[in-house]
Amino acid sequence: MFRYYLKLASRSLLATPATTALMVATIALGIGIFMAAVTIYYLMANNPIPHKSDVLHAVQLDSWDPAQPYREDLPEQAPWELTYTDAMALRESNIPHRHAAMYKVSLVIQPTREDLKPFQTEARLTDADFFALFDIPFVYGAAWGRDADDAGQLLVVISESRNDELFGGKDSTGKTLRINDREFTVVGVSQDWNPVPKYYDVNNGAFDEPEQIFIPSGVGRELELFSSGNTNCWKDEDINSFEEFLGSECVWWQFWVELPSTVDRDAYQAFIDAYVKEQKELGRFARPLNNRITAVEEWLDVRQVVRDDNKVLIGIAFLFLVVCLFNIVGLMLTKFLGKAPQIGIRRALGASRGAVFRQQLIEVGALGAAGGLAGLGFAWLSLKGIQLLFPGFEHLARLDLTLAGLAIACAVVTTIIAGLYPAWRVCRVPPGAYLRLQ
Amino acid sequence: MEFGPIWRASLRNKTGPVLMALQIALTLAVIVNAVFIIKQRIDKITRPTGMDVDNIVTVQSFGFGDDFDLQESIPEDLAALQAIPGVRAVTSSQHVPLSGSGWGTELAGSSEDGAPRAGGVQYFVNADAVNAFGVQLESGRAFTPEDVEYPENFGVPLSQVIMTRAYLDALFPQGGGQAGATVYDNLGNPVTVIGVLDTMHGAWVGWDKLENVMLVPRVMPVEFNYYIVRAEPGERDRVMPQVEETLLAINDRRIVKSLRTHSEIRDSSYQGDRGMAVVLAVVVGLMAMVTGVGIVGLASFAVRQRIKQIGTRRAVGARRRDIVRYFMVENWMITTIGVAIGSVLTIAVNYWMVVSFELERLDPLYVPAGILSLWLLGLLGVAGPARKASAISPAIATRTV
Repeated sequence: MFRYYLKLASRSLLATPATTALMVATIALGIGIFMAAVTIYYLMANNPIPHKSDVLHAVQLDSWDPAQPYREDLPEQAPWELTYTDAMALRESNIPHRHAAMYKVSLVIQPTREDLKPFQTEARLTDADFFALFDIPFVYGAAWGRDADDAGQLLVVISESRNDELFGGKDSTGKTLRINDREFTVVGVSQDWNPVPKYYDVNNGAFDEPEQIFIPSGVGRELELFSSGNTNCWKDEDINSFEEFLGSECVWWQFWVELPSTVDRDAYQAFIDAYVKEQKELGRFARPLNNRITAVEEWLDVRQVVRDDNKVLIGIAFLFLVVCLFNIVGLMLTKFLGKAPQIGIRRALGASRGAVFRQQLIEVGALGAAGGLAGLGFAWLSLKGIQLLFPGFEHLARLDLTLAGLAIACAVVTTIIAGLYPAWRVCRVPPGAYLRLQ
Repeated sequence: MEFGPIWRASLRNKTGPVLMALQIALTLAVIVNAVFIIKQRIDKITRPTGMDVDNIVTVQSFGFGDDFDLQESIPEDLAALQAIPGVRAVTSSQHVPLSGSGWGTELAGSSEDGAPRAGGVQYFVNADAVNAFGVQLESGRAFTPEDVEYPENFGVPLSQVIMTRAYLDALFPQGGGQAGATVYDNLGNPVTVIGVLDTMHGAWVGWDKLENVMLVPRVMPVEFNYYIVRAEPGERDRVMPQVEETLLAINDRRIVKSLRTHSEIRDSSYQGDRGMAVVLAVVVGLMAMVTGVGIVGLASFAVRQRIKQIGTRRAVGARRRDIVRYFMVENWMITTIGVAIGSVLTIAVNYWMVVSFELERLDPLYVPAGILSLWLLGLLGVAGPARKASAISPAIATRTV
């Protein structure tokens, strides 16, 4: 019966090609625009590390100005970053299973290969745990030891891509790499890693590419490297040297910890609160106690990684879809009532209302599926357009299978909802009315 | 006019008109809000920056190695860049305005406690900065080569600065901010304002203090620095490659990078706003199209349903233009109900955006403008079917009875 209805549906749809094309195009437009908006939202709101997002936590201490909160618009928040003093103190705790203090720097790489000129690149100063904390596997070698975090030894981990570029993809562990006119020893080559969003440091763009050079954090002090990310200061301090800068109330370090259980979390919260209270005795931390440990998903939410513009677009795209659906209801009414004589005959010949209704819905469903497929094409086109408008965000405008399936399901379901009323109308056609006219 | 009969006739078959009215209502809500957002974004993007953005090229000089001294390299670089034919003015600058990267600061209008303080952004520049940015001095003077300092550390207090009118007004809300005024840095050191700029945009285009800008004649002891090269009108693209070549020829103990036009930097900072405006404009266009097609479809449907009545009316004396008018009036009534509902919906959508996303409150004038456009769209959409209806022969009335 289903196949017979499908055949009837295709015959009916092909009988009025212009109306059918118009309906398919309307569904496609509505679904296409809506899916394009949803795709970008879905990728922006992505959980970048699902299996660990509950145990990884960003740490915040409110060391900010007693006179005003860090963010006037989010008065309950603490600064996003830590001072050097606090980042170093937090590293002393053994409660977190792993921890990484870090900040971003700009470095100059001087390749030994003759054909490569020196180039500037972003690098991350961090701790040995960084790789295990964020689940970054190694291709060659391993991370430096924890004892090297603070030693100021010139060690470096490079990404696979950088290794391809600088060492032709060979195992480069033990080789030297010239950075900022100094000889660094390569200890490991890490797999390419591109979390979307770049959750571990969203300060300069949550969808930037991650750094590909990693150096022990102690090296920053040795080479006097300022952050190339954000540095924010509130206190009127006279800073004349890097040493004074390190001791200042400026915040510029990110700090992440791994806390697998609530027990760990409570213990760690108690630890940082105790630390801050101790610092209060020393005249620091004049603001009310406000220390935060925030898991990945909540962190992305707090940092407003998904842009408001995107949410507005989803709302508007949804209203557009609804308008398209109203339009389709109108078109289907026209079409189905145009078939009233035919249906009158079928009813007179014994088709029940239910059968007619089902048959119409199958026709509507087929229409929805066609619209969904065309809508996918349209969504793809829209995303191409969006890639042109937002260079640098190409990775946020890609359809995947889940979304494609969702688009078609969405098209079928919404079209069937839109078709309910026209189908109901047409199955109420009195069987006799049209026989008389013939 | 025969509003009453037309109204009652519409009520005999409500589905079409109801669908149409709802569609019009939603369309009004989306189009008005979208156009309002588009207008705001365009206003934001096209604000005067105060600078000669279209003729400026910027480039970064990034030193590495212990034997390279950025401060020492600057006078030579500046002279060489200035010597390129077609270059109008050059300055070094710690950051590039409109780039999203900058050095924020806070100043006070007096040294007393509770004095007005205001945040802004400072550019550490060279003698010819006013000329190189192409900014207009409202009063006071520009820097001279003698003003430029090369301090050995960060903490050396500022002495003379040029600042924008907006920044001065923020520090002197009661007036009195002018060339010669004294402002105070965060350690309470006095700083003399030697010149005032009409307008100059700072670092972050989304910041509400974008116009609070201060120029400081100084080269900081850091490892990187930008050059702002302002070309004569029309010479920018010719000058651009020579900027890089010139700098590379002077010294290879540094990296010359990020050679970009200032307009490209500005455009990429406004990328989000521009993208949003374009996407919304496309949606508005598609929405108008879909609704227009819907109007044509439903009107055709209405005409087809009433062929006999139309024929009858024609047979008893209605003129063709009476038939056209009938459909025009019917459509106008439906549209009017639609826009009435739509106005409420428009305000509701705007309210949602104001509350959830801190967007601005809708300028009420946009609603009547939207209503007028939809009336027009409705009449255009119905014109074709109505004309077809008027062509129905009066004889049809007698044919199928």
